[in-house]
Amino acid sequence: MKKLQSSLTNMVLSLGIIAIAAAALLAWMNRMTEEPIRLAELAKQESAIKEVSPDFTNSPVAEEILTRSADGEAAACYPARNNGRLVGVAVKTVSHNGFNGDIELMVGFTPEGSIYNYSVLKQGETPGLGTRMVDWFKTDKNRQSIVGRAPARDNMTVSKDGGDVDAITSATISSRAFLDAVNRAYSVFQQVSAQIGDAPAAAPEAAPADTTGVVTNN
Amino acid sequence: MKKFGIILNGLVNENPTFVLMLGMCPTLATTTSAINGLGMGAATMFVLICSNLVISLLKNLIPDNVRIPSFIVVIATFVTLLEMIMKAYVPSLYESLGLFIPLIVVNCIVLGRAESFASKNNPFDSMLDGLGIGLGFTLALTLLGMVRELLGAGTFFGMTVFPDRYGALIFVLAPGAFITLAYLLAIINKIRKVS
Amino acid sequence: MIYIFMFIAAVFVNNIVLSQFLGICPFLGVSKKINTATGMSGAVAFVLTLATIITWIVYTYLLAPYHLEYLQTVSFILVIASLVQLVEIVLKKISPALYQSLGVFLPLISTNCCILGVAILVIQKHYNLLESVVFAFSTAIGFGLALILFAGIREQLSLLKVPKGMQGMPVALLSAGLLALAFMGFSGIVKL
Repeated sequence: MKKLQSSLTNMVLSLGIIAIAAAALLAWMNRMTEEPIRLAELAKQESAIKEVSPDFTNSPVAEEILTRSADGEAAACYPARNNGRLVGVAVKTVSHNGFNGDIELMVGFTPEGSIYNYSVLKQGETPGLGTRMVDWFKTDKNRQSIVGRAPARDNMTVSKDGGDVDAITSATISSRAFLDAVNRAYSVFQQVSAQIGDAPAAAPEAAPADTTGVVTNN
Repeated sequence: MKKFGIILNGLVNENPTFVLMLGMCPTLATTTSAINGLGMGAATMFVLICSNLVISLLKNLIPDNVRIPSFIVVIATFVTLLEMIMKAYVPSLYESLGLFIPLIVVNCIVLGRAESFASKNNPFDSMLDGLGIGLGFTLALTLLGMVRELLGAGTFFGMTVFPDRYGALIFVLAPGAFITLAYLLAIINKIRKVS
Repeated sequence: MIYIFMFIAAVFVNNIVLSQFLGICPFLGVSKKINTATGMSGAVAFVLTLATIITWIVYTYLLAPYHLEYLQTVSFILVIASLVQLVEIVLKKISPALYQSLGVFLPLISTNCCILGVAILVIQKHYNLLESVVFAFSTAIGFGLALILFAGIREQLSLLKVPKGMQGMPVALLSAGLLALAFMGFSGIVKL
């Protein structure tokens, strides 16, 4: 076949046809992958909830409570229940103070208000520094772990700012942002803990009690 | 044998990273670990093969003056397809490569091969060329990622080799990318001179 | 005040070349002489700011309302490529002097990943138009700063005796690494 000449009609036609074909292909693919992408995001969320809550038998996603923190950030809470008894609340929050973009966390609280576990959903911190937040604050060493702490009693800021948590080595900004999200999660937890109790509307505990540690299932 | 030569050409003689020095942005940015380097290389290879094939098929239908914009549209389409597929099936890899997936569009290697090979050769050879160059790129990125991960974090494809407190963190950070590539290039130059 | 912080962050802390690895090709390619490096920086600053404004408008008023976000990559790169062509034509007509100094760099810019990178970043970060412009412009200044500094280093390097294996690219990359190391010292000076 001979190569098409560069006349105006040919140019407009060929570029136009390629563009339309490309757009059509992408529109089709977009529709095809919409469902898998949604499922993948849901699966990620569910596995994060599972990671930060004690064993549960309900579907926390089905009981999702969408709310806003006191300073107006969108947040979501997922109550985890074992045979109707509330065993934990997973709170999804965000911090805008990250080094490179937002940090999204799923923080699990026991009904008494101490931290059960956390999972980093999204972060763009410096690889090798800030990214270590993924397991840094779970590692039981010096004062770096936040697991089992109760934000009502402990000062959840980095030790450099007079708090009780050791920041990631040479990543203070990322650590501050992380704890910012944790504190926001706790304030959201306090807001909603009044709404969620054991399944048959049991009396909610208003103030976080002083007990720490993990609530064991009976 | 000639077909095999096309693949080998991309791997060795015209290795995009070590010889042509193209596509440096993803090379430096995504090689913080071996697995990320491998993922980025594979993603680029996918786009290279597909765009080379399609451009070679369309080469007679595209007038010369709109050649570049047409190529760019084809490449961008495949990059977007790849983005959607990765988001759906390998979301964690997609997140760690982040911005650099859409930026495959402006990777000089892809447009360069379209222009210098696919627009002049038959579809099958063009695919092989895409495969060869893609493999060369993947190899280079994986190698760079392996070195940086080993020196910086003490792991090899995520397996611990030595405790990370002995790792030189600098190799995972931005300066380490430049420094590692500099020494790798020097070593490769040395080997090429000898052989 | 926030815009000043943004400027400092984009120029020094998150320098586009030395810590984000965008625009490495021109950084390595046109940094042999300070003159060419200055010309390239000027061209990038001009196109980057303009391209970010246009892609922001395209995204906010064309793509987002019709849920066509998946066409982002395709449309952005087309906008950038045609913009570069347009700037070239207009510049040639209006200001031949400016065209003389910037013109040769324009074709190189459409495949400069920092243009597309910044266009996508401002969308990802949900910046408004003014923030996007400030971000794009400061990023371009950061690019120019890194490029000109690096060109200065390379001019000096060319006068030195370098071991054979390290000549050319390896030693250039090594000095880029040291430059990046120096820029790491800025990390943390502004919180954004």
